[in-house]
Amino acid sequence: MLRYAAARLVSLGLSLVAASLVIFAVIEVIPGDPAAFMLGLNAEPDTVAALRDELGLNGSLPARYLDWVGGMLRGDFGLSYTYRVPVAELVAQRLWVSLPLAMLSLALSTLIAIPVGVIAAARRGQAADYGIMGATQLGIAVPNFWFAMLLVLVFAVKLRWFNAGGFPGWEAGVFSALKALTLPAVALALPQAAILARVMRSALIETLGQDYIRTARAKGLNARQTIRRHALRNALIPVLTIIGLQFSFLLAGAIIIENVFYLPGLGRLIFQGITQRDLVVVESVVMLLVFAVIVVTFLVDIAYGAADPRLRHRR
Amino acid sequence: MRWPAQMILGAALTALFLAVALVSLIWVPHDVAALNIAAKLLPPSAAHPLGTDHFGRDMLSMLMVGARSSIAVALVAVGIGVAAGVPLGLLAAARHGGWVDELVMRGNDLIFAFPALVIAILITAVFGPSALNAILAIGIFNIPVFARVTRGGALSLWRLDYILAARVAGKGALRISAEHILPNILNLLIVQGTIQFSLGILAEAGLSYVGLGAQPPTPSWGRMLAEAQTMIYTAPRLALLPGLAIVTMVLGLNLLGDGLRDLLDPRLRRRTA
Repeated sequence: MLRYAAARLVSLGLSLVAASLVIFAVIEVIPGDPAAFMLGLNAEPDTVAALRDELGLNGSLPARYLDWVGGMLRGDFGLSYTYRVPVAELVAQRLWVSLPLAMLSLALSTLIAIPVGVIAAARRGQAADYGIMGATQLGIAVPNFWFAMLLVLVFAVKLRWFNAGGFPGWEAGVFSALKALTLPAVALALPQAAILARVMRSALIETLGQDYIRTARAKGLNARQTIRRHALRNALIPVLTIIGLQFSFLLAGAIIIENVFYLPGLGRLIFQGITQRDLVVVESVVMLLVFAVIVVTFLVDIAYGAADPRLRHRR
Repeated sequence: MRWPAQMILGAALTALFLAVALVSLIWVPHDVAALNIAAKLLPPSAAHPLGTDHFGRDMLSMLMVGARSSIAVALVAVGIGVAAGVPLGLLAAARHGGWVDELVMRGNDLIFAFPALVIAILITAVFGPSALNAILAIGIFNIPVFARVTRGGALSLWRLDYILAARVAGKGALRISAEHILPNILNLLIVQGTIQFSLGILAEAGLSYVGLGAQPPTPSWGRMLAEAQTMIYTAPRLALLPGLAIVTMVLGLNLLGDGLRDLLDPRLRRRTA
């Protein structure tokens, strides 16, 4: 296990280096002069020179790359050109919206998907199974931002149970903050739950075909006991992997959903960065997102290796 | 067997949208570029079967042209994925365990860390938003998907006797890949192509919704939704129609893909045979 973990750790490090090189190349090398790009066509030459100086663009490319990476390792993400505050500060504020949103929808989709998938598998071929499979087929086809608009239409416009958007901040109390995140989390969670429920169903069906399940039934357990005591735990392993792998979709989804509900999260920050040509913000936030995806993939690999010894030795 | 009904429904829906997109190339009921504020937000009528939007544009025509842009983006993105991913996957499988294989797979891992949205954000930050960016972003995201499917399918074939026979006959890896491997993994690729097509439609809608895809005045389903959002109180119909179009199209493609998989998957065939 230690060797497996060490190998995964090396590959984690290499992935992070490679990803940071790609992002650096796109943001700082392709535009030619990022300072001139950020200031636009009509900028005075001395303003450009001042910004070049501020961004440290006068060094060589390798030196600039190392400077950027070294800064991030110390928690210094640079200074936002438009906001005139450290990007790390902006990210820290916005993270308190995006992260709870992602966590909430992850929890919600798992809580919905696992029981639904289990019911479909246990009632395989019956009406409940067909109903659930039809619903999940529809759930996969629904774009989450459109689903979000439907939720706004029903629960904010017609029923007036929720606000159509905005975020009061955690200072306004946990209840009102959670209330503002409820519709976004549901919008994000349900399409995700549709995929997860299908994975849960097929994993459980496969497990239920195993010999040890027949043994469990033969020793006198009924179907419900068999699923609860023997099948579910084994079937959960692939489901957990998918949950981990879906993290990147969740993150991307959260960025879009934040736009629907005007939530001041990382997604809004990135889009503001794009429209204001604030490359410092875009570069750092994108790196942060990619970092999150790579680390989660790594953790899933480790967890999977711990759960299933066969994987550690497979190539 | 349940698949034929589902698959026929899927194929019919897909064909319907493809036909609508093709028809929109030569004919739409009303010009989508002409604004007519006097006729704004009209309810459905004989002249405008789905009503008009906030600029007085015919909704049916907008949806038809929108289908064209969605399908074009998703199709070209699948094309990029196939054109780059399939040769990479074939190469990796032919040189299994070698440094080429390692390089291709690690490169794939790297792209997997960048969701299509993040690729689009990177491209847009530097080049500005356009439909081309959406195509590139989704296409780049498709490359590792096709490389992985191709490599997996090809690896299982390389172990078979008839490939060994071809090698003994003196055929090189390149020729074997082209003549024997590729035709036999075509099934896999068709199924994956359908799936990526449907994911591409969803991704294009998302990207154009947040302004990273097709730019005004080009109608696209995602942009129509973005514009409708501000009027959700007064004209919810504007938000419902493009969404329904997306759902129906994606649902059709998914049903078709599932049906094709059941039909073409050799493992399933062996089981039923």
